Amino acid sequence: MADTQQENFVIQTPAAVAQTEAGAHTLADARAGVELSAADAYGMAGESKSQARLVLSRFFHQRLAIVGLCTFAALGIASVLVGHFWQFSYTDITNNLNSPPSATNPFGTNAIGNDMFAQVMAGVEKDIQIALTVAVMATLIGVTIGAIAGYYRGWIDSALMRFVDLVLVIPVLAILIVLAHRLTKQSDNWLGLAIIIGILSWTYVARLVRADFLSLRERDFVEASRALGASNKRIIVKHMLPNAVGPIIVNATLTVALSIILETTLSYLGLGVQPPGVSLGLLVNQGQDSATTEWWLFVFPVMFLIVLILSIFLIGDGLREAFDPKKSRVRA
Amino acid sequence: MAEVEPGPEAAESAESEVESDGAAHGALDGATEPETKTGDETTGSRAVLIVERLEVDFGTKEGVVHAVRGIDFELQTGEVLGIVGESGSGKSVTALATMGLLPKSAVVRGSIKFKERELVGLKEKHLTGVRGTGVSMIFQDPMTSLNPVYTIGWQIAEAILAHQEVSKEDAWKRSVELLRKVGIPFPEERVNNYPHEFSGGMRQRAVIAIAMANDPEVILADEPTTALDVTVQAQVLDSLKTALSETGAALLLITHDLGVIAGLADQVLVMYAGRPVEVGTVEDIFYRPSMPYTIGLLGSLPRLDAEGRERLRQIPGAPPSILGDRVGCPFAPRCPLAQDVCRETEPDLQVVESVTSAPGQHQAACHFAVEVGRGDHGKIFSDGVVDNVIA
Repeated sequence: MADTQQENFVIQTPAAVAQTEAGAHTLADARAGVELSAADAYGMAGESKSQARLVLSRFFHQRLAIVGLCTFAALGIASVLVGHFWQFSYTDITNNLNSPPSATNPFGTNAIGNDMFAQVMAGVEKDIQIALTVAVMATLIGVTIGAIAGYYRGWIDSALMRFVDLVLVIPVLAILIVLAHRLTKQSDNWLGLAIIIGILSWTYVARLVRADFLSLRERDFVEASRALGASNKRIIVKHMLPNAVGPIIVNATLTVALSIILETTLSYLGLGVQPPGVSLGLLVNQGQDSATTEWWLFVFPVMFLIVLILSIFLIGDGLREAFDPKKSRVRA
Repeated sequence: MAEVEPGPEAAESAESEVESDGAAHGALDGATEPETKTGDETTGSRAVLIVERLEVDFGTKEGVVHAVRGIDFELQTGEVLGIVGESGSGKSVTALATMGLLPKSAVVRGSIKFKERELVGLKEKHLTGVRGTGVSMIFQDPMTSLNPVYTIGWQIAEAILAHQEVSKEDAWKRSVELLRKVGIPFPEERVNNYPHEFSGGMRQRAVIAIAMANDPEVILADEPTTALDVTVQAQVLDSLKTALSETGAALLLITHDLGVIAGLADQVLVMYAGRPVEVGTVEDIFYRPSMPYTIGLLGSLPRLDAEGRERLRQIPGAPPSILGDRVGCPFAPRCPLAQDVCRETEPDLQVVESVTSAPGQHQAACHFAVEVGRGDHGKIFSDGVVDNVIA
């Protein structure tokens, strides 16, 4: 290969000759390198990048997405650490009532002497727990139903989609109010609350996955795998689902944020997490009356709520960009 | 040059019909099977795929579309049958019907037998057992027929694991082996690549590797080289030949590229408007075309051995609508030889004279097949003139 190159370049300009020599040089280098394979020597191997790696690489090239991820991770880790190592537990009742932020109580204390820092962080932890549970549940249910509807079409599709419509037209808030009130009467029953929200918030994922599957099933590679004798289950799980993973993950992320908002709404209405359990919505509810006098009771929960939701939206946006190479201006 | 001259053998046989016919019978006496180009008769060829009276209809809002209107063929082990025709002539539908991959709206009649097993009406569950292992398929566009999220190796291994009880390591090793067989350089490294890292030709070779992964007995190739440029086509056809010799499979080659047919096929079936209009060995079709449509197809090809400059001849008009019923020969509106009889009755396939020593193998569906086969058919389509004869 190098020989023929040199022959061809005999009557070329000095620059070209230099280039050839450089080329031959690297080729020799590559041949000398023991760890390099034969294909490398000819520049044919290159590094194979899986889709996951491409997506991650594109994700980490976006500043806002990194900010979002770091913030979310920091909040999550901090909330767990504070729960274990902070001098006050969120249930501790002290004699220090309604005191403004100080060295011992950085976020102040409330009317019954709870440390607000411990309370806010416990609220963050609870919200993240609930939101992640909801996202996992909603995604599992939604993907299963959407994939089956989109792949099989016909009457299965019609039946499942009418079911989705049914769930959609149920006034979520009303149902939540009825169910949540019953289920969350015991304090700290966050799991019950998460399950209720999860059961009612998979419809969007289902529609998304169905739409994706409707287009994927017409793709040649699906036909090709059917032609090779793959069963329906195998085609759905192994061939189509990995191709739909982008929108699913993006949507799961957004579900996390939306379920925090929903939980906050419920808790704010007094129907979510019950005291002495804590959630950010509950804290906002408790702090609103004293927002002008004891501002720390209101401002800190709201601030953390906003930062938490914002960070998740930033992650979601980053993922969306990363999964859509056409939209993204960031090159991996 | 667009004119298709009968080859010297053809001319000779035309001059002395009786003699050559006699010779043909003599040659056949010894052999039980008709001879094919590659001379596969030594292996005692048997039909692996028998298609009889296959008809495919699609119900649409505008009416019933007769995509395939009766097609018969037999595919022997190791044989290559080429199906040629324009878009919409029913080539791909025939292939998809064989795989059982037609949409549910399609009505399939007739019989498709794979080794005595009737495939028409077979349940999806049982079809899955035939696909891949018995009959496998190569699709037209390698850009879309590979799954973009998996490595090439994974996809070949997946095809193996879907049918065989082997370990993942063994499947992986076989993937490398298959890639080497279809001529991918450095298969050990390339097996880890994703489809987007392959060129079009390499992808199609990978598709061929997948198609031969389970040693099928029949491979259907639906325009395997159409999406590729000419230089790559040759490589892919080589890979395809390798696949055939490795697996001993029969090939049903669907294409509209007569060059590919000439290079690969033993038998040729020319389709027009959902029916075969000419059937024969590759020599018959190229040296003694006996149906004006075949002549038109051949005449529209540029030839390397042309003397001087000549315009390509084109077939005027467009293929007929396959919607609803029709009277007469479907090619009549475009045929310069069409008579009243052509517009009134549709001709059946009739045996015409063969270039090779296999009488009865060459059939054409034309009222004037004998005359067309004998005549100076290169001239029946005028030079580059578009006659507006669309019915």
